[in-house]
Amino acid sequence: MTGWSAPSASPAGGEEVLALEGISKRFGSLLANDQIRLTLRAGQVLALLGENGAGKTTLMNILFGHYRADQGTIRVMGQPLVAGSPAAAIAAGIGMVHQRFALAENLSVLDNIVVGTQPLWRPWLQKRQALHKLQTLANSFGLAVDPQARVGDLTVGEQQRVEILKVLYRDARLLILDEPTAVLTPQETHQLFTTLRRLTAEGLSIILISHKLQEVMQVSDRIVVLRAGRVVADVDTSSTTPEQLAGWMVGQQVPPLVKLPLVAGDPVLQLKQVTAQGSSPQPIQDLSLTLYRSQIVGIAGVAGNGQTTLANLLCGLIPPLAGEFCLWGRVVSWPSPRGMVQEGMARIPEDRHQMGVMGSLSIEENLLAERYWHPTFSRWGFRRSKRIREQALAWMQQYDVRCPQADGSKALHLPIQLLSGGNMQKVILARGLAENPPIIVAHQPTRGLDLGAVAYVHQQLLAAREAGAAILLISEDLDELLRLADRIGVMVRGRLSPPVPVAQTSVQELGLRMAGQPERVTSVAGGGGNAD
Amino acid sequence: MIELFFSVSFWVATLRIATPLIFGTLGELLCERAGVLNLGIEGIMTMGAMVGWLSVYQGAGLWGGVVAAAVAGAVAGFLHSALTVRLGLSQHVTGIGITLLSTNLAYFGYRMVLPEVSSPPKIIPFGDYPLPGLSKIPVLGEILFQQPPLTYGAVCLVVAVGYGLYHTPLGLAVRMVGENPQAAEAQGIPVYGVRSGAVVVGSALMGVAGAFLTLSAFDAFFFNIVNGRGWICIALVVFASWQPYKALAGALLFAGFDALQLRLQQIWGGGIPYQFFLMLPYLLSIVALVLVSRQSRSPQALLLPFRKGERT
Amino acid sequence: MQIEARESVALWQVVLAPLAAVLMALALCSLLIVWTGSSVGAAYLALWQGGVGSRFALTETLTRATPLILTGLAVAVAFRAKLWNIGAEGQFYAGALAATLLGSGAITAPAWLLIPLLLAAGAGAGGLLLGIPAWLKVRFRVDEVVTTLLLNFIVLLAVSYLLEGPLKDPLALGWPQARPIMATGVLPKLMERTRLHGGLLLALAAAGLIWGINRLTIWGYEMKAVGSNPEAAAFLGIPVHRVILYTSLLSGGLAGLAGVSEVTGLKGYLTLDLSPGFGYSGIVVAMLAQQHPLGVVAAAVFIAGIYVGADSMSRSLGVPTYLADVIVATALLGMLVSSWLTHYRIRWEKKRD
Repeated sequence: MTGWSAPSASPAGGEEVLALEGISKRFGSLLANDQIRLTLRAGQVLALLGENGAGKTTLMNILFGHYRADQGTIRVMGQPLVAGSPAAAIAAGIGMVHQRFALAENLSVLDNIVVGTQPLWRPWLQKRQALHKLQTLANSFGLAVDPQARVGDLTVGEQQRVEILKVLYRDARLLILDEPTAVLTPQETHQLFTTLRRLTAEGLSIILISHKLQEVMQVSDRIVVLRAGRVVADVDTSSTTPEQLAGWMVGQQVPPLVKLPLVAGDPVLQLKQVTAQGSSPQPIQDLSLTLYRSQIVGIAGVAGNGQTTLANLLCGLIPPLAGEFCLWGRVVSWPSPRGMVQEGMARIPEDRHQMGVMGSLSIEENLLAERYWHPTFSRWGFRRSKRIREQALAWMQQYDVRCPQADGSKALHLPIQLLSGGNMQKVILARGLAENPPIIVAHQPTRGLDLGAVAYVHQQLLAAREAGAAILLISEDLDELLRLADRIGVMVRGRLSPPVPVAQTSVQELGLRMAGQPERVTSVAGGGGNAD
Repeated sequence: MIELFFSVSFWVATLRIATPLIFGTLGELLCERAGVLNLGIEGIMTMGAMVGWLSVYQGAGLWGGVVAAAVAGAVAGFLHSALTVRLGLSQHVTGIGITLLSTNLAYFGYRMVLPEVSSPPKIIPFGDYPLPGLSKIPVLGEILFQQPPLTYGAVCLVVAVGYGLYHTPLGLAVRMVGENPQAAEAQGIPVYGVRSGAVVVGSALMGVAGAFLTLSAFDAFFFNIVNGRGWICIALVVFASWQPYKALAGALLFAGFDALQLRLQQIWGGGIPYQFFLMLPYLLSIVALVLVSRQSRSPQALLLPFRKGERT
Repeated sequence: MQIEARESVALWQVVLAPLAAVLMALALCSLLIVWTGSSVGAAYLALWQGGVGSRFALTETLTRATPLILTGLAVAVAFRAKLWNIGAEGQFYAGALAATLLGSGAITAPAWLLIPLLLAAGAGAGGLLLGIPAWLKVRFRVDEVVTTLLLNFIVLLAVSYLLEGPLKDPLALGWPQARPIMATGVLPKLMERTRLHGGLLLALAAAGLIWGINRLTIWGYEMKAVGSNPEAAAFLGIPVHRVILYTSLLSGGLAGLAGVSEVTGLKGYLTLDLSPGFGYSGIVVAMLAQQHPLGVVAAAVFIAGIYVGADSMSRSLGVPTYLADVIVATALLGMLVSSWLTHYRIRWEKKRD
């Protein structure tokens, strides 16, 4: 449990590049970082491992000057670093690749990289020199990208390359990568790790923030584990195991998932060669899909391959342009969100904050948001506040929604934006699942949640499956899909490969399909087993 | 009708009507490119018109008046930036507040200096300033090079803003803080400074736009002198997709219609009430907004306050 | 210096914020009074007495507050759904115009029929006028801020044309004003020898009604939901477009009612200076009230008091009446700052080495 009883790393590697000493940071009542101490040597990859909310990102934001620590010192190359100034961090050779890319989509790649590198009052931009330097860097590290392209038009993988180039362009010697693989295909991840190896070979140092054990084992030299804001372990990668790391990360064991073997029931929802175009750039084409009762169909794929359009179509936000959308054997001609709710569909949106909740409204108002018009909750246009309150309270208790500021009926009237991500997701689950819906469309239901909350969501979905629901689970997390789904299909550029039973596929095969190379699938199929 | 478009005086009038619109639109464009909507424009133009006129009336000289108007605009812009950039307050409400405040301060000041006049006192405004040599070119020279100095200034300003935004580090910083201030900060750009600076400079230009009305277009200050031109500038920025050269084109197109309606009013004056001609600019602005609404790509951080160190 | 979000906002802070804003405005504007050469104390005393110092002053203030309550409600209602109604001025005139078209001779009817008819017509005209920008917003995603502003000018020009043309009163000695509203269309007076009229009751009823809609009905809920997060509201099955449209009808209708109330209750005929900027002042009223319908009543009375008081201050001390507008605008900006202070605090950090 205590950090310093855990084994400490031996001082291998080059000279000391970075030393953090006694860093603490408090946000209101939350102690995000508590007396954190770590060191990094040249040419090393240090993995900062921990659950969501363990304090990894806060620590790196302090290091990079986005936040100012309440206590503690930072030394870079032996020199103390001025706190709270990204400019000072940059000058000291620190570069950060954020989890959400810090890019201006409407500007060009070159603009994004060059901004801030030339004196602001110089009357002209040195574009040619900049271009030259960029090309040299791109060539030497194998990071090809068109400098004139508009960033918004690039793929996620290319945008990440821009982010890394941006940092290298500033002659960074220390790179911080915050969850860099979250948005990549397995193949792109592999490519990224190759790049990281090339960088460390040149003497650069890397801090990799992650919560994926396999990745960390694969690429790092040293691992620091954070839990609840404290360092609980600081070890050489070669001297540890994933099991040991998991134990440090979580502190207690998460109960394993029990997925009962069930026989699929009747078809409930069918898409027949549907084409649709929503507000997201990738349309879906010629897509066929059937959901059966008591079965979870997983949709794998890299973000931006049409999953959002598919989810919006199923949720009733956009109509099909061609093909048929059938529910309960009837064609849905005028889909609408309210219509879907009336047909018994529970919908868990991709982005909690953007689509799932209305932040300034109370927990109660959010809980009833899909049913406020129902005669149970309104009469002659008046809200039946007593019934609403009773129902909301019941759901809140059933789903164990916890609010830090108050509890019980008092909490019902607090704005939902005060809740943590996990509790917000519980509100969304309660809203959809409490009435035992026969159909569930869940889009990235565990994104950004900590392990406990993830396990809770998984249990709820499996319970719904046992209760006979037909479930569609869209996720970018292959482990999640392999553990929950009965059948898995892959979306690439708006097309869906026919879902296959989960026992007949593997991470490698799904990865190849996600990368749009299904022709290579046969050559590796059978070679790989399921992920653990 | 056709001969109208060939008449020199039509094009001269177009350029002159466009001048305050160009100044105002560029000023608003600078603010919005940095991510700050400035609804104070209408009031800042009024303030500029009053301060510019008053300075000249008190003997500061015409250029002194222009400078005074720019300074007055900058002060109002500073207030706007302090509230919206530093404190992150609603840009809409702050802007409306600035408009109400500076309009009425201008009226109050005017009444303080001239308590009891029925007909506003006049000054000698900017005259035409033919550029030596160039103004002798037939037709083109008469249109382009026999203008009052502020009109030349407006056209030069378009080039300057166009160059500045796209070819200087500072201009790149302005565009960056308007698109993604978090990213700009991570690159070491002082976000508050750049945003505030853009708002102050943009507002100074709005002040000059107002000064053109009292120092060049007319020769006196009167109530409602700006008469919605500021709001039209805001529509023009959208119409121009936040690009300076398109802003020039938009302002000219707009002024062309305005010049046209003045002519038509003379031709058909008897048949159609003048109010309908006066409505045209406002209607045209709305139509322009509807036309570009589909493909307009606004700066992504427009209206979004930037708060340093706030957890997202 | 660091800015921190407060975790919670206490009720006393919410109540105190507008008062602090007003004090701040009065303090700042005393500089202008110093400029005029009058004593600040005397000026504010004159303002106070002129605004609320006598029974007559009070009734004048309430008379002036009547349209402000309605335009303030109009802005507040729209803001609940994050719709920016900066066109209340235009909707005010649209309402007054509709009442004039029907009430100055076109229809002969007893008062119990004519008055409700005029009110309905004015509300309808105002609502439809805001319906245009709202429709453009949902159909073409055109920002309603600019369109509502521009429509103000268009409506004023249209009214100007009508007053000089078809609606012109031939008995008005050449002044551009419309024929007076018929006696049966005039709102009843509330008190002898004052200008207080039935519009005040109408405005108070409207405030109560909006309060009820906000608190008790699903429409109030829908508006709030759309105002909080339209994307999530659409996802959850709230008909966002319909909500924006009916919000605009309600908001524009309230501003239109203000116009009817002024023309049928106070002036008796339509002129181009029927409103000294009631639509714009409505924005200030709504912000000072923090969009609460009952707060709107208080804020409207306060602002009306400033205007009425400033008139009498101007008469006795010669301070330009624009001072009132300056005070009101400063109060708006002050309100923004003081409500910011209820949500954030500034922490002055000691330098550490």
